[in-house]
Formats: sequence, structure tokens, C-alpha cells
Amino acid sequence: MGKKLLLQHDHVPGIHTLQVYRDHGGYSALRKALSSMTPEQIVEEVKTSGLRGRGGAGFPTGMKWSFLAKPPGVPRYVVCNADESEPGTFKDRYLMERIPHLLIEGMILSSYALGANTSYIYIRGEYYYVANILEMAIAEAYAAGLLGKNILGSGFDCDLYVQIGAGAYICGEETALLESLEGKRGNPRIKPPFPAVAGLYGCPTVVNNVETIAAVVPIVNDGGAAYAAIGVGRSTGTKLISASGHINRPGVYEIELGVPVEEFIYSDEYCGGIRNGRRMKAVVAGGSSVPILPADLILKTSNGEPRLMTYESLADGGFASGTMLGSGGFIVMDEDTSIVKNLWNFTRFYHHESCGQCSPCREGTGWMEKILHKILDGHGTLSDVDLLWDIQAKIEGKTICPLGDAAAWPVASAIRHFRSEFEEYVKRGSSIRDVKHYFRLNNLPEPVA
Amino acid sequence: MSNPQFSPETLALVETMKRRYPADRQKSALIPVLHLAQAEFDGWLSVPVMDYVASLLSLQPIEVYEVASFYSMFNLKPVGKCVLEVCRTSSCWLMGAEDVVRHIEKKLGIRVGETTGDGMFTLKTVECLGSCGTAPMLQCGSDYYENLTLEKVDNLISELRSDGRRRTYPKADRVMD
Ligand SMILES: Cc1cc2nc3c(=O)[nH]c(=O)nc-3n(C[C@H](O)[C@H](O)[C@H](O)COP(=O)(O)O)c2cc1C
Ligand code: SF4
Ligand code: FES
Repeated sequence: MGKKLLLQHDHVPGIHTLQVYRDHGGYSALRKALSSMTPEQIVEEVKTSGLRGRGGAGFPTGMKWSFLAKPPGVPRYVVCNADESEPGTFKDRYLMERIPHLLIEGMILSSYALGANTSYIYIRGEYYYVANILEMAIAEAYAAGLLGKNILGSGFDCDLYVQIGAGAYICGEETALLESLEGKRGNPRIKPPFPAVAGLYGCPTVVNNVETIAAVVPIVNDGGAAYAAIGVGRSTGTKLISASGHINRPGVYEIELGVPVEEFIYSDEYCGGIRNGRRMKAVVAGGSSVPILPADLILKTSNGEPRLMTYESLADGGFASGTMLGSGGFIVMDEDTSIVKNLWNFTRFYHHESCGQCSPCREGTGWMEKILHKILDGHGTLSDVDLLWDIQAKIEGKTICPLGDAAAWPVASAIRHFRSEFEEYVKRGSSIRDVKHYFRLNNLPEPVA
Repeated sequence: MSNPQFSPETLALVETMKRRYPADRQKSALIPVLHLAQAEFDGWLSVPVMDYVASLLSLQPIEVYEVASFYSMFNLKPVGKCVLEVCRTSSCWLMGAEDVVRHIEKKLGIRVGETTGDGMFTLKTVECLGSCGTAPMLQCGSDYYENLTLEKVDNLISELRSDGRRRTYPKADRVMD
């Protein structure tokens, strides 16, 4: 059983209330920080911890914090990214729903460390009931003097507000999120300037994921070094993994970074193996945006080393044979899954969610969706597969925000690792059409492959 | 509805919202206020409702239209009392979301995007709602219905129908001063 830093009390009845959270050591980090640490010391501890952003990109949090501009007389903001819309990811919801005070304590600590007196939690609109849970927990914290003026007699003031979105994956991108928080369409901004210099309302801003902010609590409690002692190499601490798909035990698991992927999939402590005794075909390890890997490559690197749940090990081999830890949205597919149809589903998603500012993303995602639809319907040709490859290569790296890359990588990796399956669809063209026709006529669910 | 008007209770909430942002940044209240409007005015945003929101926040109507049309949760057409929003993305798709959609279509005699003749149900498909570990799932109002089976869907539809109330987002308990 690995060490847990965030979810050790997730099953305690009433842990969502201030009283029970406190009974289990809650707000001790805040007390410690406000009574005995300077803001700079907290930033130092976060640097020492090696904590990396848990929203997907894995950027070192301490470094991000030290980039924050501090012009005199200008307010600074801490904004928590609770937009959680990357398909396959549901850990932030779990954390906020179960232990809202952990996020709130992390927000107060981060605001103190960065000198922000007003902070926002931007949560996706569909998580409305979770926003309610947060609002009630925030009200409790105000009533107990943990938010507002002169927190715990320290002289530090902090207001914390929940802001709800209204349905747009792109608002998880940090500059789109800030636009949305300003009451606008969620169009990502051109960078630079980065939010650290000009973020919310043009002021210096730090945007961090829910899990990143929550991890500041154990880092302040036990010290950055204790956090860094967990994990492997530059993948320190614990990570919440959202496990879903064809597995026996889907759910949110807090793992020590470094657990072997094979253990994560097959151990009863985690995913518990593939459902219905089937074999595993493929895994998308870090949310829909990261490259898909076939079973053999997710379990072992191309050098035959066992793959570990770390940023480095999952990326081993680059895009030729590796993937990314991303947001930790771990989607497992069994042997009956159609990779082509799954890819169509993902590509349709990116097309739907493209904000439309850049033509490679706006046009390319829709074009790829159409080609995939054509292949699935049995009208594809071999040159369509090459065309798909060509389009994705012309999106990647050529857009304002990384949604373009996120749409390209699944296409590239599916073709790279499962090209024969695309060719099979093309070859079986007319028979697929006949089968589909038969099923439609009889109003039956269509077979996937 | 030609002259929409929030209840005094909702107007008080709007004032609370506005206090959350700097005085010259009141536009930030737009999305939360649009949610309140959608909840209060039959689950969708008509042009008069959007104009009303614009006047409340001292915005140009276009500033409201362009935002309302960007976000998928805002309905710009009338909807049924219960909007069934079925997740169609990755894990839900792997776990049978298509069957759920097809089942509802058949049961209610409508296609995705349509509303039943009695104005009771609208069927929508939506993207990943962060419930992939309990797939397939759907949302109705602010409630999540997870680990769906066709039988559970049937039960839910009869429950919603016999209850007959509009499913929306509870608003008053959410906002504190
Ligand atoms: C299209 C897109 C969607 C994103 N969605 C999310 C999200 O839902 N939650 C999140 O924390 N980060 C998301 N990100 C990453 C954010 O831009 C940003 O890197 C992150 O919030 C920084 O926090 P972290 O350093 O703590 O991870 C997304 C990025 C892109 C390009
Ligand atoms: S890459 Fe796509 S989502 Fe990102 S800014 Fe460009 S069009 Fe919008
Ligand atoms: S894929 Fe349906 S909730 Fe995530």
C-alpha cells in the first residue's frame, strides 16, 4: 500500500465538513505557515518538493511560482483550474467533492505564498453540485476566521470565490480560463505575455490545477524534502490517477509516482485487471490528448524495461514508442475495441471543442473527423490514411494553444501503432457498408469493428 | 416573455456576485448571472432574457450574445422540463453510451437535439463530464446519474415524468456573501 498524502482520509464520514477535516489535522499547515513561515519560505519548500503541475503539462510548480511578477501596487491573483474537462479525467471532482477543505487550505496557503488577497476557483459549470459543496465549505472557513480579514490573527487577508464556467473544454487552457473568468468567450490568448506577468485583469496571475494546489498542504506540513523523498527521480510525490474503461475497478487512485504500470493495471489494489477476462489492447495513459499505446508498449518500453507510472518512464521512447502522464486520465481498452472508431470519437471531440481562432485547428480537426467517418463507413482509401497523417502533422505546433497538438497526437499515435487496423477498414470497405446497412435496417446497434 | 424580471431573491444574488470582482470588472459576473437567468426563465436564454442580463450588468447586448453562444450549457432554444445530457465521449463511449442514446431515442420517440411533444424531455449529447470511472452516465439538471444500464434509464425517465418538475440548477443555497 503506497503512501497517501491527499486522499488518506477520503472515506472518513463527514470529512467534507470543517469540524471533521480539522479533527484529522486539517488547517494545521495553514496555522504553521501563518505563524512561522514567510511567503518566500513556502515558495522554497514547494521548489524543494519537486512538485510538478498536475493539470497535464507537468511544469515545476515552484519554478512557475518564482516567475510571478511583483510590480508594486498591482494586485496578484491565484486562480485554481477546476475546469477538469480532459476526457478520462475525474480526479479533481473526486477531491473537491470529498475533501473540499483540502483545496481551500491549499488555496489560502498558495495565496499567502504568492501575495494574493483575492483568489478564484474556476470550476466547470457541469460540476454545479461540486461548486455548491465548495461554497458551503468556504462559508464554514469564513465563519471560522480562516478566510477574510486578518486570517488567524496573522494580518494576512484573503477572499476566495468560486466561479462557474458553462461548458467548454477549451476553458481548461489557462489563458482561455482567464478570458472566461473575465466574462468573455473562452478564446486562448497569444503568449507571451504569460499569466505570470499579465493574467487576470492584466495583473500577474498564477493558474494551478486543483491537485497541484492541494499538494501544497502536505508540502507545508511535512516539508518539501519529505515530499521529494516519495517517487522516482524528477517524478516526486503522489499522483491521483483516474482509471476508467474496460477494467474491473475503475476509480480514482492516489499512487506514489513510480508504481509499475503493469501493477497498476492488474493489481487488485488498483484497476484489478481487464473486465470479463478479456485481454488488453491499448491504453491512453494521461487523458485523451496523449498518444495511445498498444498493450506491449504500455507495459514495457521499447528497450524492454518495465514502464513505471512516472513522467519520465511513460515518455520513454518519445512519441515513437512512448506517451505522457498528462492529467493522469488512464483509459484502458480491451481486445474488442475498435481503435479507428475510438479515434473518430476523440477527433470529433476536438473538433467540437476547438475555439476556432486558428485555421489549422478549426479546419484540420473537422477534416480529420470527416475522413475518419468515411473510413468507418467503409468508403475509405489507403491514401486517406496518409492524408490523415499529413493533416495532423500540419496542425501540431502551428496553433495558438496546445489544443491543436492535443488533437494531432491521438491521430498520429493511432496510425503509428495501429496502421493495419485502418488498412483493414479500407480493405473490408464494402462488407462494412453491407453490415452497417443490415444493422440500420433492423434498428440494431452497429458492431464496432 | 417580453419583459423578463428576476425575482427579488435572484436580484440579491446578482448583487452578491458582483461584489466578487473589482468594481471596474463587473463583466466577470456574466456567466454566473446567465446561469441564474437560465434557471429562472424556463431553462433557456431568449433574446429578451439576454438583453435583460445585459442591462443588469451594464453591457452591450452583443457582449452577452457572444458569450451565451460560445458555451454549450446555455440553451438558445426552448428545451423540455428535463434535459437528458448523455456523455458521448471516450470512456462513456467504450462503456456503451451509444446504446444509452439509442435507447432513449427509441423510448421517447425523439432524436438527439429534439424535445418530446409534451415538452417534458429534451435529449442532448455532451462531452466528458468527469464521471468516466462510473460510465456510462448522464446529467439532468445538476444531478449526475452514473453506472447507467438501460433499466436504470427507464426508471429514471418514469421517475422524472411522474415527478413532473423542471430539473434545473438550485441557486439559492450556492452563493454566500
Ligand atoms: C485544451 C487544454 C485544456 C486544458 N484543460 C485543463 C484542465 O481541465 N485542468 C487543468 O488543470 N489544466 C488544464 N490544462 C492545462 C492548463 O493550461 C495549465 O497548464 C494548468 O492549469 C496549469 O496548472 P498546473 O501547472 O498546476 O498543472 C489544459 C490545457 C489545454 C491546452
Ligand atoms: S489551437 Fe484550436 S482551441 Fe487553441 S486557440 Fe487555436 S483554434 Fe482555439
Ligand atoms: S467520458 Fe463520459 S464522463 Fe468522462
